[in-house]
Amino acid sequence: MSLDTFRQETREWLAKNCPPEMRKPSRGEPDICWGGRNWEFQSNDQKLWLERMASRGWTVPMWPKEYGGGGLSREEEKILREEMRAINARSPLESFGIWMLGPALLQFGSETQKKEYLPKIARGEIRWCQGYSEPGAGSDLASLQTKAEDKGDHFLVNGQKIWTSYADKADWIFCLVRTDPSAPKHKGISFVLFDMTTKGVTTKPILLISGKSPFCETFFDNVKVPKENLVGTLNDGWTIAKYLLTHERASIGSGLSLAGMRSLPAEAVKSFGRDASGRLDNPFVREEVIRAEIDGRALLATIERYKAEAKAGQGVGAKSAILKYAGTELNKRRYEAFMTIGGSDALEWESARSDEGTLAREWLRTKANSIEGGTSEIMLGIVAKRILNLPEA
Amino acid sequence: MIALDEDRIMLRDSAREFLTDKSPVSELRRLRDSKDKDGFSRDLWRGMKDLGWTGILVDEANGGSDFGHVGMALVCEEMGRTLAASPFLSTAVMAATALGRGGSEDQKKKWLPAISEARAIIALAVDEGRKHAPEKTALKAEMAGNAFKLSGEKSFVVDGHVADAIIVAARTEGEPGDKNGISLFLVDAKAPGVSIERVIGVDSRNNARIKFENVNAVDALGETGKGFGLLENALNAGRAGIAAEMLGVAGESFDRTVAYLKERKQFGKFIGEFQALQHRAAHIFGEIELLRSLVLAACVTLDKSPDAAGQAVSAAKYKACEVGKLAVSEAVQMFGGMGMTDEVDIGLFMKRARVTQEFLGDAYFHADRYALAQKF
Repeated sequence: MSLDTFRQETREWLAKNCPPEMRKPSRGEPDICWGGRNWEFQSNDQKLWLERMASRGWTVPMWPKEYGGGGLSREEEKILREEMRAINARSPLESFGIWMLGPALLQFGSETQKKEYLPKIARGEIRWCQGYSEPGAGSDLASLQTKAEDKGDHFLVNGQKIWTSYADKADWIFCLVRTDPSAPKHKGISFVLFDMTTKGVTTKPILLISGKSPFCETFFDNVKVPKENLVGTLNDGWTIAKYLLTHERASIGSGLSLAGMRSLPAEAVKSFGRDASGRLDNPFVREEVIRAEIDGRALLATIERYKAEAKAGQGVGAKSAILKYAGTELNKRRYEAFMTIGGSDALEWESARSDEGTLAREWLRTKANSIEGGTSEIMLGIVAKRILNLPEA
Repeated sequence: MIALDEDRIMLRDSAREFLTDKSPVSELRRLRDSKDKDGFSRDLWRGMKDLGWTGILVDEANGGSDFGHVGMALVCEEMGRTLAASPFLSTAVMAATALGRGGSEDQKKKWLPAISEARAIIALAVDEGRKHAPEKTALKAEMAGNAFKLSGEKSFVVDGHVADAIIVAARTEGEPGDKNGISLFLVDAKAPGVSIERVIGVDSRNNARIKFENVNAVDALGETGKGFGLLENALNAGRAGIAAEMLGVAGESFDRTVAYLKERKQFGKFIGEFQALQHRAAHIFGEIELLRSLVLAACVTLDKSPDAAGQAVSAAKYKACEVGKLAVSEAVQMFGGMGMTDEVDIGLFMKRARVTQEFLGDAYFHADRYALAQKF
């Protein structure tokens, strides 16, 4: 099929199948469809939209068809995104399964695992969470201590995770565990999957400065995990962890730059108005805003360039650390600007007109951007060591 | 967005090879210390011709190699890496664009092959005051009899002292500040009434202050009174070229800094082991990556739709000013006392970066222009 035909057919299909409610601007978090066994759809349109998109494999457009994907090429996927944007269609499904576990399984999973897990991710039937950080293993992730002992037909998992996003709402977890305590720290880690309803798993939400609790502490007390739930090779889980972190960093960087974002120039005009020449009537704010706009453009161009280079077989590798670093630092800058531009309106926390402090809560949330998935300092360290080859201290 | 294809990678590699061989930084020192009368090497310029660079933006019918703006930027970047002095930007980029886009058939036939064959050097005279502000052009072109007469002064005319001809932005109507009423004229550098004063800059490169006293201007380039768009075409190509050169200046001074961090020892360690320096170096690397994308994006836009490239070009030049300043300042700081010496090259990169920041609009100019392009 030619790309033009594909675009035409996609446009027609979307026009017919995207329900009206799903074309309203997303308010972000409250309008996201995460899916899962216990998911309560916010509307019938949200449910319809997920079902229709999943039936075409378009919740994960580029995954192979046999695993529930759409089997689209990069160009076709781009067209799909453009056509969805053209009618303001919301994303039918977001999940850690799509962003992280799926790509890892496609790369490292057995055929059985791919067939078992991927279609359920694509259809939004299972909601996943990620068990990485521990109280004593944050930036130094590889020092994690949650242990999984070999008990013949199963692993016995004991320990604690922290910052587990939506653990209290997730159905399953992909988790890093120590399977060889005597090996050097990177060499004794394995990557396992298990059901969050397994006996011995408990979660406890953590109240954040934003007033929300997207993260949990997660405890494992003699949790039995079947051996077949090991992904990849025993004790080689760090390879998968690194792959996933690279993926996560790239997607945090790109996600921030692409999300249905508030417009800084528009907000600034609301607060300050324009002068006779049409310029914002505050040159200091204007410069701050334009710096952020140009840096946003630079970030997008870099994401696109890396994609093009990866496709042309020119390695990108550790450079994804730059996207994570630049994207998150920029997002924090942008939100500081939104707060100052918004003035006293931006400070409202519990009020109807601020929609219960949406902006202030988003602002506080951005502070985590440069911590989660590897801090800015870790990113700079990666660039210094892996790209610049600066000597280890 | 694109990745460089094989042809372009070859162009970049051959540019790097040619310039490191024929025009290393020591060549700029030679030109400076020998007080060379041209400020660049004519042999080098002919060598650039042999590689097809002089005609890089000229169509094949007029003897050019027509590599486009992406190719142009690759060459400029490599020139930035070795601080190579040549009339490339004035002649092969800006004059070639003005003539190619706005020239009559006769003008094209006369000048474009001459540019491609390195027979002519053409400077673009725009700035009049301290700051780049093309729409504020005040130099008067008044009709006397059947010809315009030019009166006024131009400054910061790069390669003006060696130019065979000058493209002059003049005002035929309206007031300084109006985009309407600006006209471009081709003037012989030796015409009566033209006096050219060579100015050697902080970067040991050359520009000129040029006085026009009742200079006959019979050779209009494009439609008189409506020259601003054409001028912008030429300037945008030049701005993208200078941004690419700045990418090279920043990239090379950064690479040299990273090499220094791996060889300089203090407190019994390589200074590159200190996290305080590692993180700053990594930050600069990231900034250079972002700049590279904006330069490439601007050139892709110039190749596709040159009349709609203003905003993309301003983004690139803005970022080039910021990243250029950061990279060379940090380079001097990390080289420590050695960075302050004339013996070490790093100071030369800082000097060049300063001039390129100013040339064709500084960061503030381009931030403002970027904002105006989105009505902000």
